[in-house]
Amino acid sequence: MTTVTTPAAGPGTAAGGKSASTKKRRRRRVKGNRATPYLMLLLAIILELLVHIIPMITGVWMSLRGLTQFYIRNWSAAPFVGLGNFRVTLDFNSPIGGNLAHSLGVTAGYSALTVGFCWLFGITAGVLLQRPFRGRGLLRTVFLAPYALPAYAAVITWSFMLQRDTGAVNHVLVDELHLFHSRPFWLIGGNSFVSLVVVSVWRTWPFALLVLTAGLQTIPGELYEAAAMDGAGFMRQLRSITLPMLRPVNQVLLLVLFLWSFNDFNTPYVLFGSAAPHAADLISIHIYQSSFVTWNFGLGSAMSVLLLLFLLVVTAVYLYATSRRRNDA
Amino acid sequence: MREPSWVKVTRAVVLTALALFTLIPIYVMLTSGLKPLRDVQGPFRWIPSHLTVEPFVDMWHTVPLGRYFVNSVIVSSSAMACSVVVAIFAAYAVSRYRFLGRRVFSITVLSTQMFPGILFLLPLFLIYVNINKYTGLQLYATRTGLVVTYLTFSLPFSIWMLVGYFDSIPRGLDESAQVDGAGPLRTLIQVILPTALPGVVAVAVYAFMTAWGEVLFASVMTNDSTRTLAVGLQSYSTYEDVYWNQVMAASLVVSVPVVAGFLALQRHFVAGLTAGAVK
Repeated sequence: MTTVTTPAAGPGTAAGGKSASTKKRRRRRVKGNRATPYLMLLLAIILELLVHIIPMITGVWMSLRGLTQFYIRNWSAAPFVGLGNFRVTLDFNSPIGGNLAHSLGVTAGYSALTVGFCWLFGITAGVLLQRPFRGRGLLRTVFLAPYALPAYAAVITWSFMLQRDTGAVNHVLVDELHLFHSRPFWLIGGNSFVSLVVVSVWRTWPFALLVLTAGLQTIPGELYEAAAMDGAGFMRQLRSITLPMLRPVNQVLLLVLFLWSFNDFNTPYVLFGSAAPHAADLISIHIYQSSFVTWNFGLGSAMSVLLLLFLLVVTAVYLYATSRRRNDA
Repeated sequence: MREPSWVKVTRAVVLTALALFTLIPIYVMLTSGLKPLRDVQGPFRWIPSHLTVEPFVDMWHTVPLGRYFVNSVIVSSSAMACSVVVAIFAAYAVSRYRFLGRRVFSITVLSTQMFPGILFLLPLFLIYVNINKYTGLQLYATRTGLVVTYLTFSLPFSIWMLVGYFDSIPRGLDESAQVDGAGPLRTLIQVILPTALPGVVAVAVYAFMTAWGEVLFASVMTNDSTRTLAVGLQSYSTYEDVYWNQVMAASLVVSVPVVAGFLALQRHFVAGLTAGAVK
């Protein structure tokens, strides 16, 4: 999960600041040792360094090198190529740059559709499950099940369902509903994009439901009672209470969903294998392909660094825009 | 508060549609594992022509599923155990102490969650290969390497959620324990942890699910003997004729541990999110 620091840090730091001086005195007397918090953090810091921070720096370093298969065992010998890898990657007229641009476009579309549908399904189900009725607990459990399934088991089931001749999807669409004359392919060609979005929404929307359910539970029931007494109907309550109260939750949720879907590797990899169809060539798969099939790690790293920069910019702009709108309101 | 009837009707229709969307793949998974081979090689049928448990027997021989299973169990439970311990200490430090670098730590750890996995994959691969070259410590293609990687993946979210949990526990509890002479370690273990147990459980489930379901690193960082289910399950489809009934049977078997664990503890999950995330 991610960057919830902005909304979460506010109240925490304020409370911390108020009683800082008294707390400091007390802490020094009782706990004594200044190193205690650092000792407690030590393992977490080492692991973060080893698995996240150092690899990230190494990734930037690699992107500046001509790191091809000849240098895997002796990587420090790889020649320095400056921004050469980036130049190749960003030249959208070359095959490499052109494919990358295409892949970015596909990913953006995939991400937008996934986030949109996941949120829509999540808020709909969340609001409809807000008031108790018979079978509510069971339904909630059912809805959460896809989120609990391991990605590969769920996606492999979908790939069975999406088989052209033996799959359940074509059985329903062609044999039972007669929507198509001939059986469409779902795992190759243009339709593969649709399949990818459907599978991804199926897998991810329960997470939206989970977060929104948690958010809905923090809205005090008296608000609805007061609104009902004032004669506000279901839609009015949704518009004037539920959605505004969920705003901080939505801000974080949409960002998380966006980052997840933009970085998604599991869904396309299990659905199509490491060679995704052109129409469903998500950026993670694309970089994976470019790096491990040709063993050109320098180029793959340059693409990863560009992807990271892109995500950082989008996140920063998003947080800036949404936080300011919230403060204005 | 009475609901107008259109709300009830809409609710019934929409929730039924969503339930169908959710349940059909699960139904296919459940039933296809019980079908004879000709049922899954011909046109799809909702009801098996006859029920058989053969796929559940044969799936262990078609690919070395047992070995993958053992690998996944070892890797995921070790990653879970380590991740929970590391996260508890880190979260306690962040929640209870004001120290230099506290904000930097929190922000850095959280922001690593947004980085694309593919960005770490290549360097981590190189780093593990080179650690082996210089120290002899084998991390690439070993279970240890996977455990270290996976436990770190679940750290940010675990720490963040536990900080929320710990923050909601009154500090008076710590202070009275310390007045009784308990040091920070004993305070944490004997006073705070029992109170925060639901959060710890939720974090443990999350760490296990993360390790159990990870595909990208598993596909690069393992070899024949350390392969986990995430990659192993796909080896069914390398055969000319895919035994889909066995694939579905295997999918079901590998899903049961996590789905059962998650659904049994989903309350704690929502509670944990409420405490940690949704403030």
